[in-house]
Amino acid sequence: MSYLTRSLISLDALLAEVAGPERGGTCAFLGTVRSGPEEQGVTAIEYSAYEEMVEAEFARLLADADARWPEARIAVRHRLGVIPAGEASIAIAAAAPHRADAFAACRFVIEEVKRRIPVWKKELRADGTETWVDPSGHPTAHPLTHD
Amino acid sequence: MTGAETVTIRVRLFARYAELVGRAEAAVSVPLPATVGDVVRRLRDEIPAARALPERPLAAVNLRQVKLDARVKDGDEVALLPPIAGG
Repeated sequence: MSYLTRSLISLDALLAEVAGPERGGTCAFLGTVRSGPEEQGVTAIEYSAYEEMVEAEFARLLADADARWPEARIAVRHRLGVIPAGEASIAIAAAAPHRADAFAACRFVIEEVKRRIPVWKKELRADGTETWVDPSGHPTAHPLTHD
Repeated sequence: MTGAETVTIRVRLFARYAELVGRAEAAVSVPLPATVGDVVRRLRDEIPAARALPERPLAAVNLRQVKLDARVKDGDEVALLPPIAGG
């Protein structure tokens, strides 16, 4: 199984992966491509990744989640390629016996994705311009220095 | 005894870094012992366009994030990662 897809993400498929009668609370998160006033005419975002590392890191991330919420079941999919505004780039489903753990596990996964999963995005605009997005969500105009 | 062993390390570049350097992959030779930071310095020395990369980028070895003082060995794959922006 891969955590990556180049097709529309099916939330129903993720929900089916985590469903079970002993799990009474399910939390689903969808991250969608935003095109609000701040994005200045973004029509789509092109997602790319270090795909082998994404697979390995997702496995480690979900193992970390399993250690914290052993009764929870979590499914996650990240989409790559050009994703039009409004469509989902990531979906997470977390099911647990009770809602508090479902919410916590779902939140944990998306926050860890932002920190650990090597995926990059380039905003595409109707006027043909393209901008790499930095982690704070602001465009990067110059070579980055981390120190 | 022989002199220091030199190994070839495969370096992969992604996203903006690949665009800056104009390639997604390179091979650099470093004498052992060597760190990821040594590999980055050698890359910047050998490929002029690689000087556009930060001196201290986020890096991974064999699919795991590491610090720049992590040791490399023969056969390792080093990846230089732009700031992560997934989700």
